[in-house]
Amino acid sequence: MNWKSCLLALAASFTLALPVFAKDIKLAVTTSFHNSGLSDVLLPAIKEDLDLTVKLLVVGTGQALRLGQAGDVDAILVHSRQAEEAFLAAGYGTHRREIMYNDFVLIGPKDDPAGIQHAANATEALQKIAQSKQKFVSRGDDSGTHKKERALWKAADLADVSGQSWYRAAGAGMGATLNTASGMNAYVMADRASWLNFGNKGDLALLFAGDPVLFNQYAFIPVNPELHPHVKTALVEKLENWLTGAHAEQLISSYKINGELLFTFNAKP
Amino acid sequence: MLQTRLAPADSILPLTLTGAVAKVYGKTIAGPIDLQVTGHGTTIVLGPNGSGKTTLLRLMHGLQRVRKGSVTWALPDTQARLRQSYVFQSPIMMRRRVADSIAYPLILRGMPRKQARAKAIEWAQEFGLGAALDRPAPVLSGGEKQKLSLARALISGPDILFLDEPCANLDGRATREIETLLARAQAGGTRIVMSTHDMGQARRLASEVVFMLGGKVHETGPAQDFFNGPKTPQAVAFINGDIVE
Amino acid sequence: MKCWGFCRMNEITQGLYEAARLIFSLDSDLLEIVGLSLRVTLTAVVIASAIGLPLGAWLVINRFRFRRATIAVMNALMGLPPVVVGLLVYMLLSRSGPFGVLDLLFTPTAMIIAQVIIILPLIASISHQTIRDLWAEYHDLLISLGASRRQRIMALLWDGRRALLTAMLAGFGRGIGEVGAIMIVGGNIDHSTRVLTTAISLETGKGNFAFAMGLGFVLIGLAVAVNLLIHTLSRTERASVW
Repeated sequence: MNWKSCLLALAASFTLALPVFAKDIKLAVTTSFHNSGLSDVLLPAIKEDLDLTVKLLVVGTGQALRLGQAGDVDAILVHSRQAEEAFLAAGYGTHRREIMYNDFVLIGPKDDPAGIQHAANATEALQKIAQSKQKFVSRGDDSGTHKKERALWKAADLADVSGQSWYRAAGAGMGATLNTASGMNAYVMADRASWLNFGNKGDLALLFAGDPVLFNQYAFIPVNPELHPHVKTALVEKLENWLTGAHAEQLISSYKINGELLFTFNAKP
Repeated sequence: MLQTRLAPADSILPLTLTGAVAKVYGKTIAGPIDLQVTGHGTTIVLGPNGSGKTTLLRLMHGLQRVRKGSVTWALPDTQARLRQSYVFQSPIMMRRRVADSIAYPLILRGMPRKQARAKAIEWAQEFGLGAALDRPAPVLSGGEKQKLSLARALISGPDILFLDEPCANLDGRATREIETLLARAQAGGTRIVMSTHDMGQARRLASEVVFMLGGKVHETGPAQDFFNGPKTPQAVAFINGDIVE
Repeated sequence: MKCWGFCRMNEITQGLYEAARLIFSLDSDLLEIVGLSLRVTLTAVVIASAIGLPLGAWLVINRFRFRRATIAVMNALMGLPPVVVGLLVYMLLSRSGPFGVLDLLFTPTAMIIAQVIIILPLIASISHQTIRDLWAEYHDLLISLGASRRQRIMALLWDGRRALLTAMLAGFGRGIGEVGAIMIVGGNIDHSTRVLTTAISLETGKGNFAFAMGLGFVLIGLAVAVNLLIHTLSRTERASVW
């Protein structure tokens, strides 16, 4: 029967082994970093300058830290200072190198029923949302952004918001949470990059930004080779040097979406 | 005439049933049966519906488990298994072409596919299926299906062939064709054991008769003796076409 | 700018347009993603079939103590959430897991392993049901002809091949549309382990609904094309009897 031999040939052609790339490393990054689109600029430059393929694993901060802990990636690039320090204290990483920061913004319905547009600071803005009981969608996934959001509520003396009916925990990534907020026409906190690149804005608008407490520091942490000898330490070091070097600075400092600057390069040489 | 037998000098016959009992869900449906099948010829199993004709054939062929007593061949069961065949009342057609269906028993016995198919084609032509070689077996007519069954059963050259009312659903012409093929198989040396309730067919083919009643062998003997001088009143009634309980 | 239902309809139309644009421009990224989707799922289907079809047949013709329990477990596993399989395979293949030294995590091989586990119960279960019916028909004949266990399984698989093809296509359908497991064990790495479903998930997260929808249409088209191709090659819908 000819169809049988066809199937076999098809099967054989698909089971052939894939060639292994020699110079590549795995880097776990947060969704917010990837959503900014910056990686599409940096990765080709890294390929060109270092002849190094960076395989990005786009996950939440929590999962990124777990991947690093298990040695499944060579390094991580995340933005949750407290969690990063705990990671280092446990010996999972060698050191923490700050690369750049962007900021978080508060998004909400265009007509701003809670009136946060003219709030003096982030604390006041959140208090206004709570007082007016306007719907607020939280990531609710223990990600870096979620951790930051909880810290802000706590700073506004509103640590128990999670029990309120207007507070909705999506339990999802940044994009899915923005989709939810767009569907519910609710307030939401997002990193600026994700917001600018988000294609389903609906009736939402950026309402509040600029308070220094909203700054969002990204740091690069190599996985500890003492725990995981297979980690490509030499390549990780090359990448770290590149990310903190002049070419990276030039690319990051000139990366704009809709004319807006997204990241501020602040790596110390 | 095709070579029917693979011509083994030794035979799996005689077949001996000693106090053989068949049960379904713990209930005895036939037996105990004592019977021996030897030599040459055609044994016709007669009896009313439900008398145990099919069960007897299935017991002998090993399709029905022997719960008490024994069913033994002259050779070990593993050898005997491959040297006997069975034709079912409603033909079981494999989802294959006619030629491939007939070749299947040869392939099971290790014959190379090409050789088996060549032989099967020869047999199909001999059995009047030459025009249907590449047709799917399940779409054949009733008569063709039974001829295919017969060819498939005989191609391996069995020592003994069981047939369970093979002509029950066939018209006169198809019945006659089957009978001709059976006569040739018998002439070729295959022992035949066949059930039927067509008295005419029984008289035409039988050299020996086993008359079943209530799951037991009620009377048995050479065909001539049975038809001309039945010993029991039930056999007399059955031959006369009366209803036998 | 409230637009209620209209905007969404418009995005579906845009999705169709995106799909057409991607296909007709022979977008190299798209081809790579489609190729990997096919490679992963077809390989998984072939492996799962090589195990699942004989297993289904074997369960039909053999009687043993835990047969019913085995079949019940197999049927239940058909509904196994892919995410759970993904997590399990991740933990096995992780550098800190028992098979970490193989360095298979975040490779197409890991995705194939996960999909085999997802597809296998489905293929085994459907083939078991199909072959059970065929066995009821063939039982007496195969015993009568003296077929060995192996020969019985071969005959049932061969004669039931068209129905078994349906089992394989069902497995293909479950695999090609699966995202939960391959996201975890593959990592959705660009130019390495990104497939159609993980790409759709990514674009949806970015709010690029039209593009995600376009990829969705490509996926549907691909599934239909594979089914048509297999049916044509096997002449399933044309042969009159089986």
